[in-house]
Amino acid sequence: MPRIAVEPRFQVEYLSILDSDGNLDTALEPKLADNELKSLYRAMLLGRRLDERMVRLQRQGRIGTFAPTKGQEAAQMGSIFTLRPTDWMVPSFRETAAMIWRGWPIEKLLRFFAGHLEGGQPEPDQHDLPITIPVATQLPHAVGLAYAAQYRGDDVVVMAYFGDGATSEGDFHEALNFAGVWHVPVVFVCQNNQWAISVPLKKQTHSRTIAQKALAYGLPGLQVDGNDMLAVYAAAREAVDRARAGDGPTLIECVTYRLGVHTTADDPTKYRSDAEVAMWEQKDPLTRFKAYLEKRNLLAEGLEQHVDEEIAEAIRRFEATPPPDPLTMFDHVYAELPSDLAAQRDAMAASDPVVPAREGATAPTQPGATPMRGQRLTRR
Amino acid sequence: MAKLNMVKALNQALFQEMERDGDVLVLGEDVGVDGGVFRVTDDLQRKFGSQRVIDSPLAEAAIIGTAVGMALYGLKPVCEIQFSGFAFQCFHQIENHCARYRMRSQGRFHIPIVIRMPYGGGVRALEHHSESEEQFYAHIPGLKMVVPSGPRNARALLAAAIRDPDPVIFFEAKSLYHAAKEEVPDESEVMPIGRAQVAREGDALTLIGYGAMLRVALEAADVLRDEDGVAVEVIDLLTISPLDRETLVASVRKTGRAVVVHEAPKSFGPGAEIAASIMDGAFLSLEAPIRRVTAHDVPFVGFAREKANVPDVPRVVAAVRETLAF
Repeated sequence: MPRIAVEPRFQVEYLSILDSDGNLDTALEPKLADNELKSLYRAMLLGRRLDERMVRLQRQGRIGTFAPTKGQEAAQMGSIFTLRPTDWMVPSFRETAAMIWRGWPIEKLLRFFAGHLEGGQPEPDQHDLPITIPVATQLPHAVGLAYAAQYRGDDVVVMAYFGDGATSEGDFHEALNFAGVWHVPVVFVCQNNQWAISVPLKKQTHSRTIAQKALAYGLPGLQVDGNDMLAVYAAAREAVDRARAGDGPTLIECVTYRLGVHTTADDPTKYRSDAEVAMWEQKDPLTRFKAYLEKRNLLAEGLEQHVDEEIAEAIRRFEATPPPDPLTMFDHVYAELPSDLAAQRDAMAASDPVVPAREGATAPTQPGATPMRGQRLTRR
Repeated sequence: MAKLNMVKALNQALFQEMERDGDVLVLGEDVGVDGGVFRVTDDLQRKFGSQRVIDSPLAEAAIIGTAVGMALYGLKPVCEIQFSGFAFQCFHQIENHCARYRMRSQGRFHIPIVIRMPYGGGVRALEHHSESEEQFYAHIPGLKMVVPSGPRNARALLAAAIRDPDPVIFFEAKSLYHAAKEEVPDESEVMPIGRAQVAREGDALTLIGYGAMLRVALEAADVLRDEDGVAVEVIDLLTISPLDRETLVASVRKTGRAVVVHEAPKSFGPGAEIAASIMDGAFLSLEAPIRRVTAHDVPFVGFAREKANVPDVPRVVAAVRETLAF
C-alpha cells in the first residue's frame, strides 16, 4: 500500500512589522493609541535603565545575583501589554520589565534580589505568580490556573513566560500537551534569546523553529521578531483574543537576544563573540521602537530623567528596608505551626538573634507579656 | 454503619468530600472511566462529570504541576499517582512547588493539594509497584505525610487531608486495600493529621508501626503476649510528618524500650527520626537501645525475595525479645 498524507502540511509563520532598519509594514501595523505607545516605550525604557542600575547594585554587593532583561524588553512588553489585571501572569525569572508593568514595585523586586522573600510576595489582589527559578516548571502551573478559571467560568487568560532552554524540558512538552487536550486559555510566550547560559539554540534543539513544537500538540505556533514591539504586540493580541474567545492555547516564539549576561554570575565572553553581540545590538528593540515614536512625534521631553528619578526613589526606599527578623522564617511553612517546628522557633527566639535588630527598632518584651507574632523573646 | 474494605472507604471519602465542596477535583491516570487501577475513584466520574474527575494524559509532572496551578487558583485537587514508584517523575513539582509555594509567596498562596499514591509490597508486583518511599516526603518541610492503616482511619484521614490547607502526601498500602473490612459509620468522619494513636496499650515496650506494618506489629504483640507473657504497647503513627513526638515520648517514658517497624529501607528512614525524637524526649527513661526492623538497604529485590526483605512477624518478635533482654 502506498504511503498517504494523514494531515495537511504544517506551516509556521514568521511575523515582522517594524524591522531594524525602521521599515514599517503599514498594512500590519497594530492600531495602538498614542498614549498606549507612549506608555509602552516608557515601560521599556524603565526596564532597560533599571536593568543597568541593578547590574551596578549587584557589583556593589547591594543586591545578589539576578538575571538581566536587556534586549528582551519588546518581547516582554509587547506581550504583557495585552493582559488585563484580572488575567494571570506566570513569570520565569527574567521578566523584570513585565513584572513592573504588572504592578510589582521596583523596591519590592530589589528586596527579592537582596534575599528577602517578602520581595516575592504578590499582593492579595494581584494575579501574578512569584518568580519561578526551576526552568519550565511553571508552565504546568499556568495550564492548571487556566483549567481552574475555565472550571469556575471566569473570564481569564493566563500568560506564561520561559526561554529557549525551557523548551528542552519535559515540563514544557507536558504543559503544551495538557493545554492542547484541555483546550484552556493559555498563551505560552517563549523568549528565544538564543542562549541558555552557554548553550546556543542550535545545540538546544534540532527543530528549525521553536514555534513548530506547538503543532505537535495541536495548537497554533507563531514565530515573531521578538525585538519588534509591534509584531510581538500583534501576535500576543491575536493569541489572547483567541484564548478569551474559548479557542484554546497558543505558543508564541519571540526571536530576540540576551544582550547582557545570563545572570550577574555569568561571563558570556567565554562562549560567544563580541561580533555576535554587536550584530544584535543593531537590532536593539529599544532604539527601534524609539525611532518609531520619534517619527510620530510621541517622545516626551526629559523622559530618561523621569525614569531615572523613579528608579532612584525606589532604590532609596529599598535601602531603607529594615533587616529581616529571622523568626519570621517559621511563619509560612504550614498554615499552623507543628509543635516541633514551634519548638525550633522558640529555641531560636531564646538564643541570640542572627541578625541584630537596629537599636530601638523593637520595644523590649515586658516580663510575662504575650509576645506578638514575629516579636523576639530575647533577653534584651 | 457498613463494613467496608479500604478501597471502598477511600472511595466514600472522595464521594463525601466532593459532595461537600465543589472545589474538590480528582485528577490522574485512569481515574475517570476506569475508576482507577485499584478502583479507589470508581463511579466518581459518573457522579461528578469529566470536568471534576479528570482522566489526564500520562504525565506525572503535569498532573502535579497543573494541580499546583488549580490550587493556586483556589481549587482543591486530589491527585492520584498510579504507583508511588512513578512519583519521581513529579518529585520536582512536589518538592520545588507544592512544599514551597506558601513560603515563596510569603503566605499569598498555599497549595491545598492531596497526592494519593499506592505504596508498599505484599502484592506480588513488579519493580516500581512495590516500594515504600515515605521517607522522601517526610523529609521535606512544607509537606505532610500520612499513611493510614485501616478502612476507617483511611476514610477519616483522607477527608482531613482534603480539608487541610497544606499539601498532603497520602500513602495507601496496596496490601491493605482488600485485606480486611471494618465497620465504618455512614456519616463522614475526620481524624486530625499529625496525631498518632495507641493501637494497643502495654507497659513492656513501645512498638511503633504504620500502614501495612501496623498489622505486623499487632501480630507480633499477640505472639509476645501469648508466648512471653509481656504487654507490648503498639503505636499506629498514621502521620509520618509532622511527627507526633508527644505520643511517642509519653509511651516510652512509660515502657522504657522502643522498636520501630517500617517497610522503607533502614538508613535515613523514618525509624531514625523516630529514634532520635525518643532520645530527645525520653533519654533518661530508656533501658535499651532503640531497634529498627525495616527493609534492608537494597533496591527492589523482586517479589520472589520480598518476604526476606520486608519486615515480618518473626523479625519483629526477635527484635522485641532482644530489646527486652538488653
